[in-house]
Amino acid sequence: MATFHFDLVSPEKLLFSGEVEQVDVPGAEGDFGVLAGHAPMVTTLRPGILTVKSSGGEQKIVVLGGFAEVSAEGLTVLADTADSVEDIDRAMIATRIGEIESRIAKTEPGNALDKLITQLDHYKAVDRHLTGTAMH
Amino acid sequence: MASLKDMRVRIAATKATQKITKAMQMVAASKLRRAQMAAEAARPFAERMDRVLGNIAAGMAASEGAPKLLAGTGRNQVHLLIVATGERGLAGAFNSSIVRLAREHANRLMAEGKEVKILTVGRKGHEQLRRLYEKNIVDRVELRGVRTIGFTNAEDIARKVLALFEQGQFDVATLFYARFKTVVQQIPTAQQIIPAKPPEGAAAAAPTAAYEYEPEEEEILDELLPRYVAVQIFRALLENAASFYGSQMSAMDNATRNAGEMIRKQTLTYNRTRQAMITKELIEIISGAEAL
Repeated sequence: MATFHFDLVSPEKLLFSGEVEQVDVPGAEGDFGVLAGHAPMVTTLRPGILTVKSSGGEQKIVVLGGFAEVSAEGLTVLADTADSVEDIDRAMIATRIGEIESRIAKTEPGNALDKLITQLDHYKAVDRHLTGTAMH
Repeated sequence: MASLKDMRVRIAATKATQKITKAMQMVAASKLRRAQMAAEAARPFAERMDRVLGNIAAGMAASEGAPKLLAGTGRNQVHLLIVATGERGLAGAFNSSIVRLAREHANRLMAEGKEVKILTVGRKGHEQLRRLYEKNIVDRVELRGVRTIGFTNAEDIARKVLALFEQGQFDVATLFYARFKTVVQQIPTAQQIIPAKPPEGAAAAAPTAAYEYEPEEEEILDELLPRYVAVQIFRALLENAASFYGSQMSAMDNATRNAGEMIRKQTLTYNRTRQAMITKELIEIISGAEAL
């Protein structure tokens, strides 16, 4: 299968760099898969699970927001926080959920509140996914 | 003339100092390695972000609705200087060189009739700038308790800066820090971060392919630009950390060498004095015996 270059970077480190076959990215407006030769695009990410498929197998990485850029050179994901499903700090996600919940309680209804609620949903989805895999 | 005992005490004191400077040098060397690794690990993110921003900005700059963080407020009157220095001294000219650059910049702006506001990061810079620009300092951040600088530290500072910007407190923000070149060379640098100036080369090098944006360009820029500011600050903090330890290491290396030189000289004087005294005593005994 055709491969393309994929870089996953967070401000603190370079997490992944190499040739891959497919990457499923949690975009802000829905998940999308990237294959070799994808049209150039830029999108924001929501907190979610990013799946990397290469000849070596499949790898799942938790990303908590950021950007994805597809260009002729390949896919670059600039993640705010990223860690593999095994290494991610579950307590950190739990605190984030707590923070967002307390902010929701204080926010007046409106655009800001809607955004926070969507955020909360994303975080909870990530948390559920992690709980799901932990039980296997 | 100092007695033999005084001289012994002085030599012991110099030796103790040398031990401390030697230990500080080794600590700085090991911390430098870690700081350097952190600075290098952060580079790919900043570089790629430059590229992405460069690409988008190239397509946006011409249009009307470009966000203020990119296009500026249209004025050039109030300048914010973000001066990042170390928390501690004993690092050679590290802190002073950053402060000096910021001071020159501030004086030039004031001579042009511009208003200057200062935000200090790090205790040493605050102490030095407070003497001259007490009134201009709008805020200060200390990273005293922080052991390893994380992205969250940079985000906190960026939030402050962005909040000031949104209140219309300044038009242009410039970041001051020391770029780490080598262990013996740290270059005090001034970098404008608001309005954002993505390197020209990055945008020109990449063919500006027609990107698809999801969501709209404006929304992406709204998220990207604040993060760009945070990343620039983060990079500056990491470069600063590496520069600090580099500077401290060479300063302490010098101090250790100077202490060694001093010990050598003091020991020589001590031995000479001791021998002179023995000779004097011998002469006294001999001449005493001859007199009998």
